[in-house]
Amino acid sequence: MDKFSAHVNSIICLHHTPIQHSIQGLLRIQNIFLSKGRLAKKTSVSEHSGVLFETLGGHALNWLNFAIFLPILYAVFIPFFYKKIPRIHTGWFVFPIPLVLFIYLATFIPGVANDHVFTQTVYWIPSIGINFVTYLDGLSLILALLITGVGALVILYSVYYLSMKRESLHHFYIYLLLFMGAMLGVVLSDNLMVLYLFWEMTSVSSFLLIAFWYQRDKSRYGAQKSLLITVFGGIAMLAGFIMLYAMTGTWSLRDIIGQAGELSDATLFIPAMILILLGAFTKSAQFPFHIWLPDAMEAPTPVSAYLHSATMVKAGIYLVARFTPLFGGDATWFWVVSTVGLITLFWGSFTAVRQTDLKALLAYSTISQLGMIMSMLGIGSAALYFDGGSDSFKYTSLAVLAALFHLVNHSTFKGALFMVVGIVDHETGTRDIRRLGGLMTIMPITFTFAAIGSFAMAGLPPFNGFLSKEMFFSSVLRAAELGIFNMETFGLLFPIIAWLASVLTFVYCMILVFRTFTGKYKPEKLEKNAHEAPLGMLIPPGILVSFVIVIFFFPQTLADYILNPAVQAVLPLPIETNAEYYTNITAWHGWHAPELWMTVAVVVLGSVLFLYLRKWQGVYALFPREWSFNSAYNAMLVGSEKGSQRLTGSYMTGYLGHYLAYIFVFIILSVAATIFATNGFVIDTSNDASVNLYEMILIGIIAVAAVAIIFAKSRITAIILNGVLGYMVAIFFVIFRAPDLALTQLVIETVSAALFLLCFYFLPEWKEEKISRKMKSFKLALSIGVGTLITLITLSIQGNRLFDSISVYFEDAYELAGGKNIVNAILADFRAFDTMLEILVLCIAGLGVYTLIKLTSTEGGDKRESE
Amino acid sequence: MLEIVGYVALVFLSISIVIGLYRVIKGPSMPDRVVALDTIGINLISAVAVISIALDSQAFLEVILLLGILAFIATVAFSKFIERGVVIERKRDR
Repeated sequence: MDKFSAHVNSIICLHHTPIQHSIQGLLRIQNIFLSKGRLAKKTSVSEHSGVLFETLGGHALNWLNFAIFLPILYAVFIPFFYKKIPRIHTGWFVFPIPLVLFIYLATFIPGVANDHVFTQTVYWIPSIGINFVTYLDGLSLILALLITGVGALVILYSVYYLSMKRESLHHFYIYLLLFMGAMLGVVLSDNLMVLYLFWEMTSVSSFLLIAFWYQRDKSRYGAQKSLLITVFGGIAMLAGFIMLYAMTGTWSLRDIIGQAGELSDATLFIPAMILILLGAFTKSAQFPFHIWLPDAMEAPTPVSAYLHSATMVKAGIYLVARFTPLFGGDATWFWVVSTVGLITLFWGSFTAVRQTDLKALLAYSTISQLGMIMSMLGIGSAALYFDGGSDSFKYTSLAVLAALFHLVNHSTFKGALFMVVGIVDHETGTRDIRRLGGLMTIMPITFTFAAIGSFAMAGLPPFNGFLSKEMFFSSVLRAAELGIFNMETFGLLFPIIAWLASVLTFVYCMILVFRTFTGKYKPEKLEKNAHEAPLGMLIPPGILVSFVIVIFFFPQTLADYILNPAVQAVLPLPIETNAEYYTNITAWHGWHAPELWMTVAVVVLGSVLFLYLRKWQGVYALFPREWSFNSAYNAMLVGSEKGSQRLTGSYMTGYLGHYLAYIFVFIILSVAATIFATNGFVIDTSNDASVNLYEMILIGIIAVAAVAIIFAKSRITAIILNGVLGYMVAIFFVIFRAPDLALTQLVIETVSAALFLLCFYFLPEWKEEKISRKMKSFKLALSIGVGTLITLITLSIQGNRLFDSISVYFEDAYELAGGKNIVNAILADFRAFDTMLEILVLCIAGLGVYTLIKLTSTEGGDKRESE
Repeated sequence: MLEIVGYVALVFLSISIVIGLYRVIKGPSMPDRVVALDTIGINLISAVAVISIALDSQAFLEVILLLGILAFIATVAFSKFIERGVVIERKRDR
């Protein structure tokens, strides 16, 4: 009895195991919460294991993964709100989502500030190690807070910016929520494949948002451009990720970074680095991939403010920061990141000055500021080269802090500036600097916001941009003194380029403020009567500029709670070393500090340049538009299209003869080459039967008839010759003792001759084919080649019998199948399947012929059956 | 003895087929070619008969019959084509 029940149990278990397994796979949600120390060195894991598995109310963590999916899931309901509740602006229903997420993410600040790291796993494809692993540390937290915080403000702003009547709001908010979820996914994912998934999702949703006004040509152009460039980078990044997987065998970012030391000698280390950097540079609009960003300004202003200043363009920055622990300390990484960043910084600010469109100016300024952050991350990566404690370490780690600090600052003031420009556009009807002016008294609040944002961007006190710019100067100044990676050669250029770019930044910031808001008011050039914006539109930029000021006065709070944990994430070193860079962010470096005098010089030279802008604007004539990267991109686009068209046109001629020629040439080359290479042409005639005289004559007749067909001057001659050929084949079937084949061959030959004759009634007159002598001889050579090849192969097959025939088994046909005719026994009994399908072929052919004849086309082009 | 006779007969039949082929290729008119094809067909009938004797088999007697019918049909089809341009005429009422 026991035995029996055990048996039943085991059966039940067996039966249920796969189902249980899959349910477990679905439900297995892991919650762990770790100390940061484990990233640095394996030994420190145990040291900090006291903190490791402290539970934190458990349930709160379950929501971390859901936070990513909340916006995406919520997007499903947007059309419902839009259709069913048309009186209330759809934006109001979206607004709570980022707000809730922001508050939820803000609850992690204390934990992260105490060096905790939060992870959560939801299994997706565990068999190949691809799971939704959320990983929240200081760096992710900064980005996540920016995404949700700025997101909430942008949605609030868009409620007032987008008209309820004219715009298809449901589309807008669906795209925006998709983007928000994707962006949260990018910054919170630990799994590389999932990170890539969300990365492409940001590209696609950004594409949709840029082309929101899809009726416009320029919107579509901008969307296509940004998609092409960012997806190009995304795919390069994917290749880099796969290389990382090939090197480490894991998709987990933490595990890969944990193996950092062992990887630097791998062959794929540098290729993976370059490919991942390509992804980061295209996304973050770094030189020379910056060209998509200005064209993305065709998007609605809330989108520009959100995607193209605060969040999406920082995905690349995030990626570089995230991979710094892996690649940092390597000379290639240092040089590529910092040089590209500096070039972008300079080129962006240089180009921004010449813009006349406010949004284009802001786009180039975004490019320039992103370049600055990138270059600081590049310089900061050198910190991993040092042990810590030294001055070099101090300044390089300061660069990382400055980068992250400026990341936050830039989001605040650039978001505000975009919103301000949107207000100006909304209230005057234009964004053209040449038509604007004198708005200061009409729009005083907007002017205040613009001034605060611009001065922060220019790096003036008392705004947060000043602090990060000073830190930037300190780090580039010391970069030349590092004494590593041959810095003494080109390192001297670093501070010079940075300083020049800052001067230009100052100039365009002044243009932005003073050309728009001071000077003469020109109402005749404006489409609307300018007036102050509604309160709701002013609140979001107001909140952002208040951050600009608050951060200046209380930078240390921000640093303690958010920035330092993030620096810890970028430079994962033991806590003791890190005590070094818990430096104070100070506004005052003292009179002797070179940073101060650099800023003073920036202001002085910048003011001079701004005042005498007209005098030196001729410089830009040296860079005509035909030589820009945009025209290179366009030329590449047109060129690739034309080139591929020409390539396709060159071989896809539409002539069957050409295609047949390709096929035959390929057959000759591949088959003949293979057989020659394998030494397969072995001709052995010793086993062949002897040939009689009459057989020779009959073969001669076949050959002559076949050759004569080629030279036949009329179709009917060719048919008759074909008939001769067919009848001769039949006689060979007789000679080789195949009565059934001979019978069939004769009937088929006659029927096909009759069919040919039937067709002739409808064919045009016989004409000589007009082809060149060269083509003719090529065709001749080709056909001789194919014939020779097939003959050689047949002879070789005769000489290379590997196995005996299996026909002995069919000789028992009478006993096995009850038939004396072996051929028929094979056809209808041993291998009747083939016969069945051949019958099917004939049926289909018959039906096809019937349809072709009966189905005549009418004038409209649609087919109908006659009768 | 019979073998030699068969062999010689086959050789001569082959030669007469060659001559028929010469007429098919040379022409000069289309009926010449059709008649030559018919001749080849008849020669083939004889050849099959001789081969049957040589192989000592009855399996090819149907081939002889069929060849006779088909050679006739083919000749008629060609003749009709040469005369009218079509092999099977359409119904009058259409």
